Amino acid sequence: MSESTFVPPFVNRRSFIELDGRARAQSLLDEGTGKELVGPFDRIESPWLPMQDAVPQADDGCIVMKGRTAGNPAVVISLEGAFQGGSIGEVSGAKMTAALDLATRDSSAGISTAAVLLLETGGVRLQEANLGLAAIAEVIASILSLRQHAPVITVVAGTVGCFGGMSLAAGVSSYVVMTREARLGLNGPEVIEQESGIEEFDASDRALIWAVHGGEQRVGMGLADALVADSIDEIASVVRRYVLAGKPAQHRSEQVPLYRERIAALDTSTQIDPLTLREQWGLRDSQGGAR
Amino acid sequence: MEKIEFDYPAANGRITKRAHVGVVGSGDLEILLEPSTTEGAHVSITTSVNGFRDTWKSVFDRFFSKFDGATSIQINDAGATPGSVLLRLEQAVEVIEQ
Repeated sequence: MSESTFVPPFVNRRSFIELDGRARAQSLLDEGTGKELVGPFDRIESPWLPMQDAVPQADDGCIVMKGRTAGNPAVVISLEGAFQGGSIGEVSGAKMTAALDLATRDSSAGISTAAVLLLETGGVRLQEANLGLAAIAEVIASILSLRQHAPVITVVAGTVGCFGGMSLAAGVSSYVVMTREARLGLNGPEVIEQESGIEEFDASDRALIWAVHGGEQRVGMGLADALVADSIDEIASVVRRYVLAGKPAQHRSEQVPLYRERIAALDTSTQIDPLTLREQWGLRDSQGGAR
Repeated sequence: MEKIEFDYPAANGRITKRAHVGVVGSGDLEILLEPSTTEGAHVSITTSVNGFRDTWKSVFDRFFSKFDGATSIQINDAGATPGSVLLRLEQAVEVIEQ
Protein backbone atom coordinates (compact mmCIF):
# COMPACT_ATOMS: atom_id res chain seq x y z
CA MET A 1 0.00 0.00 0.00
CA SER A 2 1.29 3.43 -0.88
CA GLU A 3 1.37 6.02 1.89
CA SER A 4 -0.53 8.76 0.12
CA THR A 5 -3.95 7.57 -0.95
CA PHE A 6 -5.30 9.09 -4.13
CA VAL A 7 -8.96 10.04 -3.74
CA PRO A 8 -10.52 10.92 -7.08
CA PRO A 9 -12.78 13.99 -6.99
CA PHE A 10 -15.98 12.05 -7.76
CA VAL A 11 -15.70 10.26 -4.42
CA ASN A 12 -16.42 13.50 -2.57
CA ARG A 13 -18.83 14.84 -5.17
CA ARG A 14 -22.43 15.04 -3.94
CA SER A 15 -24.56 13.48 -6.66
CA PHE A 16 -27.58 15.39 -7.95
CA ILE A 17 -28.97 12.45 -9.94
CA GLU A 18 -29.22 10.32 -6.81
CA LEU A 19 -31.59 12.82 -5.18
CA ASP A 20 -35.35 12.46 -5.54
CA GLY A 21 -37.40 15.23 -7.11
CA ARG A 22 -38.08 17.05 -3.83
CA ALA A 23 -34.47 16.98 -2.64
CA ARG A 24 -33.33 18.21 -6.06
CA ALA A 25 -35.64 21.23 -5.81
CA GLN A 26 -34.47 21.94 -2.26
CA SER A 27 -30.81 21.69 -3.22
CA LEU A 28 -31.05 24.52 -5.77
CA LEU A 29 -32.61 27.06 -3.40
CA ASP A 30 -30.71 29.11 -0.86
CA GLU A 31 -30.48 27.39 2.51
CA GLY A 32 -33.72 27.66 4.48
CA THR A 33 -35.67 29.66 1.86
CA GLY A 34 -37.55 26.81 0.16
CA LYS A 35 -41.26 26.49 0.83
CA GLU A 36 -43.27 23.83 -0.95
CA LEU A 37 -46.52 24.87 -2.63
CA VAL A 38 -49.35 22.33 -2.98
CA GLY A 39 -47.31 19.63 -1.26
CA PRO A 40 -48.17 15.97 -0.72
CA PHE A 41 -50.31 16.68 2.36
CA ASP A 42 -52.63 18.80 0.23
CA ARG A 43 -53.37 15.51 -1.51
CA ILE A 44 -54.08 16.95 -4.91
CA GLU A 45 -53.50 13.78 -6.86
CA SER A 46 -54.53 12.43 -10.24
CA PRO A 47 -58.20 11.37 -10.29
CA TRP A 48 -57.58 9.47 -13.54
CA LEU A 49 -54.90 6.97 -12.49
CA PRO A 50 -57.01 4.99 -9.96
CA MET A 51 -59.77 4.63 -12.59
CA GLN A 52 -57.20 2.80 -14.69
CA ASP A 53 -55.87 0.69 -11.83
CA ALA A 54 -52.72 2.73 -11.39
CA VAL A 55 -51.63 3.98 -7.96
CA PRO A 56 -51.50 7.80 -7.77
CA GLN A 57 -48.93 9.86 -5.86
CA ALA A 58 -49.96 12.53 -3.34
CA ASP A 59 -48.08 15.29 -5.22
CA ASP A 60 -48.75 13.81 -8.70
CA GLY A 61 -45.00 13.68 -9.31
CA CYS A 62 -44.64 17.46 -9.53
CA ILE A 63 -42.90 19.37 -6.74
CA VAL A 64 -43.21 23.15 -6.68
CA MET A 65 -40.91 25.03 -4.34
CA LYS A 66 -40.74 28.79 -3.91
CA GLY A 67 -37.66 30.39 -2.43
CA ARG A 68 -34.52 32.27 -3.34
CA THR A 69 -31.57 31.48 -5.55
CA ALA A 70 -28.48 33.65 -5.20
CA GLY A 71 -30.71 35.91 -3.10
CA ASN A 72 -33.22 36.42 -5.94
CA PRO A 73 -36.81 35.16 -5.83
CA ALA A 74 -37.16 31.88 -7.70
CA VAL A 75 -39.55 29.00 -8.11
CA VAL A 76 -38.27 25.49 -8.73
CA ILE A 77 -40.59 23.02 -10.45
CA SER A 78 -39.28 19.50 -10.23
CA LEU A 79 -40.69 16.41 -11.94
CA GLU A 80 -40.19 13.13 -10.10
CA GLY A 81 -38.84 10.77 -12.77
CA ALA A 82 -39.47 7.65 -10.68
CA PHE A 83 -43.25 8.19 -10.63
CA GLN A 84 -44.92 7.26 -13.94
CA GLY A 85 -41.73 8.20 -15.79
CA GLY A 86 -42.12 11.83 -14.72
CA SER A 87 -45.07 12.11 -17.07
CA ILE A 88 -47.31 15.16 -17.23
CA GLY A 89 -50.93 14.67 -16.29
CA GLU A 90 -53.76 17.05 -15.55
CA VAL A 91 -52.67 17.80 -11.98
CA SER A 92 -48.90 17.95 -12.46
CA GLY A 93 -49.42 20.11 -15.56
CA ALA A 94 -51.74 22.48 -13.71
CA LYS A 95 -49.25 22.81 -10.84
CA MET A 96 -46.50 23.67 -13.29
CA THR A 97 -48.61 26.18 -15.20
CA ALA A 98 -49.91 27.86 -12.04
CA ALA A 99 -46.39 28.18 -10.61
CA LEU A 100 -45.08 29.72 -13.85
CA ASP A 101 -48.05 32.11 -14.03
CA LEU A 102 -47.51 33.24 -10.42
CA ALA A 103 -43.85 33.89 -11.27
CA THR A 104 -44.99 35.93 -14.29
CA ARG A 105 -47.40 37.91 -12.12
CA ASP A 106 -44.68 38.70 -9.58
CA SER A 107 -42.15 39.49 -12.30
CA SER A 108 -44.44 41.88 -14.15
CA ALA A 109 -45.16 43.57 -10.80
CA GLY A 110 -41.44 44.30 -10.49
CA ILE A 111 -40.31 41.32 -8.41
CA SER A 112 -38.31 39.39 -10.99
CA THR A 113 -38.89 35.70 -10.23
CA ALA A 114 -36.87 33.14 -12.16
CA ALA A 115 -38.21 29.65 -12.80
CA VAL A 116 -36.05 26.55 -12.67
CA LEU A 117 -37.55 23.48 -14.33
CA LEU A 118 -36.09 20.11 -13.37
CA LEU A 119 -37.34 17.96 -16.21
CA GLU A 120 -37.12 14.19 -15.84
CA THR A 121 -39.98 13.17 -18.04
CA GLY A 122 -41.18 11.11 -20.95
CA GLY A 123 -43.76 13.79 -21.78
CA VAL A 124 -47.52 13.37 -21.72
CA ARG A 125 -48.93 10.78 -19.29
CA LEU A 126 -50.60 8.29 -21.59
CA GLN A 127 -53.35 7.51 -19.05
CA GLU A 128 -54.42 11.15 -19.17
CA ALA A 129 -53.92 11.59 -22.91
CA ASN A 130 -55.66 14.77 -24.04
CA LEU A 131 -55.47 16.45 -20.63
CA GLY A 132 -51.72 15.89 -20.67
CA LEU A 133 -51.41 17.33 -24.17
CA ALA A 134 -53.45 20.37 -23.12
CA ALA A 135 -51.25 20.73 -20.03
CA ILE A 136 -48.11 20.81 -22.18
CA ALA A 137 -49.59 23.54 -24.39
CA GLU A 138 -50.38 25.55 -21.25
CA VAL A 139 -46.93 25.01 -19.76
CA ILE A 140 -45.28 26.20 -22.97
CA ALA A 141 -47.56 29.27 -23.17
CA SER A 142 -46.73 30.08 -19.54
CA ILE A 143 -42.98 29.74 -20.17
CA LEU A 144 -43.28 32.08 -23.15
CA SER A 145 -44.93 34.75 -21.00
CA LEU A 146 -42.53 34.37 -18.08
CA ARG A 147 -39.39 34.45 -20.19
CA GLN A 148 -40.19 38.01 -21.29
CA HIS A 149 -39.65 39.11 -17.69
CA ALA A 150 -37.32 36.60 -16.02
CA PRO A 151 -35.12 33.66 -17.03
CA VAL A 152 -36.60 30.17 -17.29
CA ILE A 153 -33.82 27.67 -16.63
CA THR A 154 -34.29 24.02 -17.53
CA VAL A 155 -32.07 21.41 -15.94
CA VAL A 156 -32.04 17.90 -17.39
CA ALA A 157 -29.84 15.90 -15.07
CA GLY A 158 -30.93 12.34 -15.86
CA THR A 159 -31.31 9.53 -15.77
CA VAL A 160 -34.85 9.63 -17.19
CA GLY A 161 -34.04 12.48 -19.56
CA CYS A 162 -36.50 14.85 -21.17
CA PHE A 163 -38.63 13.69 -24.08
CA GLY A 164 -41.95 14.23 -25.79
CA GLY A 165 -43.92 17.41 -25.26
CA MET A 166 -41.74 18.50 -22.37
CA SER A 167 -38.70 18.63 -24.65
CA LEU A 168 -40.54 21.53 -26.31
CA ALA A 169 -40.77 23.20 -22.91
CA ALA A 170 -37.00 22.74 -22.61
CA GLY A 171 -36.65 24.15 -26.13
CA VAL A 172 -38.40 27.42 -25.29
CA SER A 173 -36.49 27.89 -22.02
CA SER A 174 -33.98 30.70 -21.65
CA TYR A 175 -31.18 28.31 -20.70
CA VAL A 176 -30.78 24.54 -20.74
CA VAL A 177 -28.35 22.80 -18.39
CA MET A 178 -27.48 19.14 -18.93
CA THR A 179 -25.23 16.44 -17.53
CA ARG A 180 -23.45 13.83 -19.64
CA GLU A 181 -25.90 11.25 -18.34
CA ALA A 182 -28.96 13.25 -19.43
CA ARG A 183 -30.79 12.91 -22.72
CA LEU A 184 -32.97 15.44 -24.49
CA GLY A 185 -35.05 14.81 -27.58
CA LEU A 186 -38.54 15.15 -29.02
CA ASN A 187 -38.96 11.44 -29.76
CA GLY A 188 -37.36 8.94 -27.46
CA PRO A 189 -35.25 6.12 -28.95
CA GLU A 190 -37.96 3.47 -28.43
CA VAL A 191 -40.52 5.62 -30.21
CA ILE A 192 -38.26 6.26 -33.20
CA GLU A 193 -37.46 2.57 -33.52
CA GLN A 194 -41.12 1.62 -33.21
CA GLU A 195 -42.29 4.15 -35.79
CA SER A 196 -39.44 4.09 -38.32
CA GLY A 197 -37.78 0.73 -37.85
CA ILE A 198 -34.53 -0.49 -36.38
CA GLU A 199 -32.59 0.65 -39.48
CA GLU A 200 -33.51 4.22 -38.59
CA PHE A 201 -32.66 4.00 -34.89
CA ASP A 202 -31.58 1.05 -32.78
CA ALA A 203 -33.01 1.72 -29.31
CA SER A 204 -30.75 -0.92 -27.75
CA ASP A 205 -27.60 0.88 -28.92
CA ARG A 206 -26.74 3.02 -25.91
CA ALA A 207 -23.68 4.58 -27.54
CA LEU A 208 -25.83 5.73 -30.47
CA ILE A 209 -28.56 7.08 -28.17
CA TRP A 210 -26.13 9.18 -26.13
CA ALA A 211 -24.31 10.31 -29.27
CA VAL A 212 -27.59 11.75 -30.56
CA HIS A 213 -29.61 12.68 -27.45
CA GLY A 214 -26.89 12.97 -24.81
CA GLY A 215 -25.98 16.13 -22.92
CA GLU A 216 -22.52 16.38 -24.44
CA GLN A 217 -23.93 16.34 -27.98
CA ARG A 218 -26.78 18.73 -27.17
CA VAL A 219 -24.42 21.27 -25.66
CA GLY A 220 -21.91 20.65 -28.46
CA MET A 221 -24.58 21.41 -31.06
CA GLY A 222 -25.66 24.55 -29.24
CA LEU A 223 -29.10 23.18 -28.39
CA ALA A 224 -28.25 23.33 -24.68
CA ASP A 225 -26.13 25.90 -22.87
CA ALA A 226 -24.11 24.24 -20.15
CA LEU A 227 -22.66 20.79 -19.64
CA VAL A 228 -22.21 20.03 -15.96
CA ALA A 229 -21.00 17.11 -13.88
CA ASP A 230 -23.51 15.19 -11.77
CA SER A 231 -22.81 17.40 -8.76
CA ILE A 232 -25.20 19.37 -6.56
CA ASP A 233 -22.67 22.16 -6.13
CA GLU A 234 -21.89 22.46 -9.83
CA ILE A 235 -25.54 22.42 -10.94
CA ALA A 236 -26.55 24.90 -8.22
CA SER A 237 -23.74 27.25 -9.17
CA VAL A 238 -24.67 27.20 -12.88
CA VAL A 239 -28.33 27.82 -12.00
CA ARG A 240 -27.31 30.77 -9.78
CA ARG A 241 -25.18 32.13 -12.61
CA TYR A 242 -28.12 32.07 -15.03
CA VAL A 243 -30.52 33.55 -12.46
CA LEU A 244 -28.10 36.45 -11.97
CA ALA A 245 -27.55 36.80 -15.75
CA GLY A 246 -31.28 37.38 -16.24
CA LYS A 247 -33.06 36.69 -19.49
CA PRO A 248 -30.89 36.41 -22.61
CA ALA A 249 -30.93 39.14 -25.27
CA GLN A 250 -32.49 36.64 -27.65
CA HIS A 251 -33.92 33.23 -26.84
CA ARG A 252 -32.75 30.24 -28.84
CA SER A 253 -36.28 29.56 -30.07
CA GLU A 254 -36.48 33.10 -31.44
CA GLN A 255 -33.52 32.48 -33.74
CA VAL A 256 -35.70 31.10 -36.51
CA PRO A 257 -33.67 32.37 -39.51
CA LEU A 258 -30.43 31.00 -38.01
CA TYR A 259 -31.84 27.51 -37.57
CA ARG A 260 -33.65 27.55 -40.95
CA GLU A 261 -30.34 28.43 -42.58
CA ARG A 262 -28.49 25.70 -40.66
CA ILE A 263 -31.02 23.04 -41.56
CA ALA A 264 -31.08 24.15 -45.22
CA ALA A 265 -27.29 23.88 -45.31
CA LEU A 266 -27.24 20.25 -44.21
CA ASP A 267 -26.09 17.73 -46.78
CA THR A 268 -28.65 14.94 -46.53
CA SER A 269 -27.25 12.91 -49.45
CA THR A 270 -25.19 10.97 -46.94
CA GLN A 271 -25.88 9.96 -43.35
CA ILE A 272 -24.95 12.84 -41.05
CA ASP A 273 -23.04 11.68 -38.03
CA PRO A 274 -23.34 13.34 -34.62
CA LEU A 275 -19.75 14.56 -34.52
CA THR A 276 -19.96 16.34 -37.89
CA LEU A 277 -23.17 18.01 -36.83
CA ARG A 278 -21.52 19.19 -33.65
CA GLU A 279 -18.60 20.60 -35.61
CA GLN A 280 -20.87 22.37 -38.10
CA TRP A 281 -23.28 23.84 -35.55
CA GLY A 282 -21.22 24.25 -32.45
CA LEU A 283 -18.20 26.06 -33.92
CA ARG A 284 -19.88 29.46 -33.82
CA ASP A 285 -19.55 29.72 -30.09
CA SER A 286 -16.70 28.60 -27.88
CA GLN A 287 -19.24 27.99 -25.10
CA GLY A 288 -21.08 25.57 -27.35
CA GLY A 289 -24.19 27.72 -27.21
CA ALA A 290 -25.86 29.40 -30.17
CA ARG A 291 -25.84 32.75 -28.42
CA MET B 1 -54.95 -2.08 -7.57
CA GLU B 2 -56.29 -2.77 -4.09
CA LYS B 3 -57.24 -0.57 -1.14
CA ILE B 4 -56.57 -1.91 2.35
CA GLU B 5 -57.34 -0.30 5.73
CA PHE B 6 -56.28 -1.18 9.27
CA ASP B 7 -57.01 0.32 12.68
CA TYR B 8 -54.76 0.15 15.72
CA PRO B 9 -56.92 1.62 18.53
CA ALA B 10 -54.27 0.93 21.18
CA ALA B 11 -51.71 3.25 19.55
CA ASN B 12 -52.34 6.47 21.45
CA GLY B 13 -48.94 8.13 21.81
CA ARG B 14 -49.01 11.85 21.08
CA ILE B 15 -47.68 12.85 17.67
CA THR B 16 -47.22 16.45 16.59
CA LYS B 17 -45.19 16.30 13.41
CA ARG B 18 -45.84 14.81 10.02
CA ALA B 19 -43.58 13.07 7.52
CA HIS B 20 -43.59 12.33 3.82
CA VAL B 21 -41.10 9.76 2.55
CA GLY B 22 -40.60 7.69 -0.58
CA VAL B 23 -41.80 7.73 -4.16
CA VAL B 24 -44.45 5.69 -5.98
CA GLY B 25 -41.82 4.11 -8.22
CA SER B 26 -41.29 0.45 -9.05
CA GLY B 27 -40.50 -1.51 -5.88
CA ASP B 28 -40.93 1.54 -3.70
CA LEU B 29 -43.77 3.32 -1.94
CA GLU B 30 -44.83 6.69 -0.63
CA ILE B 31 -45.78 7.17 3.03
CA LEU B 32 -47.68 10.13 4.42
CA LEU B 33 -47.59 9.96 8.19
CA GLU B 34 -49.40 12.59 10.29
CA PRO B 35 -51.17 12.97 13.63
CA SER B 36 -54.42 11.06 13.74
CA THR B 37 -57.64 13.08 13.98
CA THR B 38 -59.42 10.22 15.77
CA GLU B 39 -58.57 7.79 18.59
CA GLY B 40 -55.70 5.40 17.88
CA ALA B 41 -53.85 4.86 14.64
CA HIS B 42 -55.31 4.37 11.22
CA VAL B 43 -53.61 2.93 8.15
CA SER B 44 -54.87 3.32 4.61
CA ILE B 45 -53.03 1.58 1.78
CA THR B 46 -53.41 1.78 -1.98
CA THR B 47 -51.26 -0.87 -3.61
CA SER B 48 -50.64 -1.89 -7.20
CA VAL B 49 -50.31 -5.56 -6.21
CA ASN B 50 -53.52 -7.39 -5.29
CA GLY B 51 -53.94 -10.17 -2.75
CA PHE B 52 -51.36 -9.32 -0.10
CA ARG B 53 -53.65 -8.09 2.68
CA ASP B 54 -52.30 -10.63 5.20
CA THR B 55 -48.70 -9.63 4.46
CA TRP B 56 -49.52 -5.94 4.96
CA LYS B 57 -51.27 -6.86 8.23
CA SER B 58 -48.15 -8.68 9.48
CA VAL B 59 -45.93 -5.72 8.57
CA PHE B 60 -48.13 -3.27 10.48
CA ASP B 61 -48.63 -5.62 13.44
CA ARG B 62 -44.87 -5.71 13.76
CA PHE B 63 -44.53 -1.94 13.23
CA PHE B 64 -47.14 -1.11 15.90
CA SER B 65 -45.56 -3.59 18.33
CA LYS B 66 -42.67 -1.09 18.59
CA PHE B 67 -44.35 2.20 17.74
CA ASP B 68 -47.43 3.49 19.54
CA GLY B 69 -48.07 6.90 17.96
CA ALA B 70 -51.67 7.95 17.23
CA THR B 71 -50.96 8.43 13.56
CA SER B 72 -52.83 8.48 10.34
CA ILE B 73 -50.72 6.66 7.78
CA GLN B 74 -51.49 6.79 4.08
CA ILE B 75 -49.51 4.59 1.72
CA ASN B 76 -49.31 4.63 -2.05
CA ASP B 77 -47.45 1.47 -2.99
CA ALA B 78 -45.86 0.40 -6.26
CA GLY B 79 -44.87 -3.13 -5.27
CA ALA B 80 -42.48 -2.57 -2.37
CA THR B 81 -41.33 -5.70 -0.52
CA PRO B 82 -42.24 -6.03 3.21
CA GLY B 83 -38.62 -5.19 4.07
CA SER B 84 -38.74 -1.95 2.07
CA VAL B 85 -42.10 -1.07 3.65
CA LEU B 86 -40.68 -1.44 7.17
CA LEU B 87 -37.58 0.57 6.27
CA ARG B 88 -39.71 3.38 4.84
CA LEU B 89 -41.93 3.32 7.96
CA GLU B 90 -38.85 3.58 10.16
CA GLN B 91 -37.60 6.45 8.01
CA ALA B 92 -40.93 8.26 8.47
CA VAL B 93 -40.74 7.78 12.25
CA GLU B 94 -37.18 9.09 12.19
CA VAL B 95 -38.43 12.25 10.43
CA ILE B 96 -41.15 12.97 13.02
CA GLU B 97 -38.77 12.30 15.88
CA GLN B 98 -36.13 14.70 14.59
